[in-house]
Amino acid sequence: MKSGSNLEKVLQAGHFAVTAELGPPMGCNAEVVQKKIQLLGGVADAYNVTDCQTAVVRMSSIATSIFLVQSGLEPVMQMTCRDRNRIAMQSDILGAAAHGIKNCLCIAGDHQSFGAAGKLKGHPGAKNVYDVDSIQLVGILKGLRDEARQQGGDPLDGRAPLFIGAAWTPLGDPVEIRTMRLAKKVNAGADFVQTQAVFDIERFSEAMKKARDRGLHERVAILAGIIVPKSGGMLAYMNESVPGVTVPEGLIRRMKGASDPKAEGVAIAIELVQQIKQIEGVRGVHIQAIEWEAAVRSVVEGAGLLPRPKL
Amino acid sequence: MIIAERKPLEEILSMIGQARSVLIAGCATCVADCMAGGEREVGILASALRIAQRQRNGDVEFVEATVERQCEREFIDRIRELVEKADIVISTACGIGVQAMAERYGTKPIYPGVNTRFLGLREEEGLWTERCGACGDCTLHLTGGVCPVARCSKSLLNGPCGGSTKGKCEVSDEIDCGWQLIVDRLKALGQLDLLEVNIPPKNWASGRHGGPRKVIKKELRDEKRK
Repeated sequence: MKSGSNLEKVLQAGHFAVTAELGPPMGCNAEVVQKKIQLLGGVADAYNVTDCQTAVVRMSSIATSIFLVQSGLEPVMQMTCRDRNRIAMQSDILGAAAHGIKNCLCIAGDHQSFGAAGKLKGHPGAKNVYDVDSIQLVGILKGLRDEARQQGGDPLDGRAPLFIGAAWTPLGDPVEIRTMRLAKKVNAGADFVQTQAVFDIERFSEAMKKARDRGLHERVAILAGIIVPKSGGMLAYMNESVPGVTVPEGLIRRMKGASDPKAEGVAIAIELVQQIKQIEGVRGVHIQAIEWEAAVRSVVEGAGLLPRPKL
Repeated sequence: MIIAERKPLEEILSMIGQARSVLIAGCATCVADCMAGGEREVGILASALRIAQRQRNGDVEFVEATVERQCEREFIDRIRELVEKADIVISTACGIGVQAMAERYGTKPIYPGVNTRFLGLREEEGLWTERCGACGDCTLHLTGGVCPVARCSKSLLNGPCGGSTKGKCEVSDEIDCGWQLIVDRLKALGQLDLLEVNIPPKNWASGRHGGPRKVIKKELRDEKRK
């Protein structure tokens, strides 16, 4: 065991893993976090806690993750390279590990110009950091864990038990190097990856075949991303505007024609999980229901993935 | 070259304040090429300032002078008389020129007439784009001659983030994805396998992050001492 995290145990035991997302609030109200914990408890093996996604300030992923640990839920603490240099990252990760946080997802992070894609103001005038990139961050975490050594070379007083995650956008441009990007993350030390949302099963299957051809599925646990659609408009928007996401026309039509779009969205997500489960090399799913946490349970239950294993 | 853009007229007017005599000092090198602060732009700025002052019933004399390179002392020295006569100097050189003037003329206010933007080139008529981040540790041989530090919005060194779409950056449709450019170029060179190598965290100390930088050529310094 590298970290002893629940996610690591579930994967090692050969179960089809489920992770979900828990977005911290835009404020310091712990009750909001507790409500989400109530809502999501038991539906997943671990919960991604986002790190100021879309460059809007929210409660820190570390602090929110500590609330999860205290409530018996396992966090996947996300950490972006946008806001911290290698000194702050390592220090924060050591602190997080001391608080019982075992999974960390290393990502570049949305550029600070995002501001929730224009829906919020954000901080477009902020200075970004990008001292290291996500692949380098994976390598730094591996050093903290396997060598008890910080990036600069100084020793730690013990290994940091971490299960190291990364993101993978298999259908992102330039698409011909996306398998290579995955290989680089694996070579840097990623134990698991969560993918960008999958709607196009055919194209995702092709990407998985390329990953299998390089044996990557045996070296890293690939969890496919699922976003529960809320409406046909949302799917059309994602197809048009979210990098690395393609949504087949049929799915958009089906959502647009649905009399109860939310029920249809859950049904589609369940079907996607079931189809993804059949793809060789996929070891789990990462389910996101944006501002709609209640949907996660319906999807996981509908896909026959409840109860989650207790290890 | 160094790319600059003229400051808004209002901002320049606010710097002039109560001064009665203003020297507008241009530079005939980079800022002339990017049409921000060469002889021609000095003339345009002086005319605009004269008109603006007249509208405000001001009585300010604007003198124009452009030197070949404001970042070199021997050229700056050639306008000493004009500098000394003026109450203030508006320099339309880059930030280096402004500081070179300030160092040379210790008691004269030297104000910037342009904003120094970046190290780049003229891509098309009327379009200048960034090329170099001056990181002090060039690795262009690994990236097909396209710089990830300057041309990726996140300065990523191991490939594109998930935000690259149809050759454009997630920040804006107006920005080419630097990594798409790198991939295209490496493909054309038959060197795509260069990207397989994991690049370790960069030593940014050779850049701005190591504090103000210096280049020292010891042999020249030794010669000078003799």
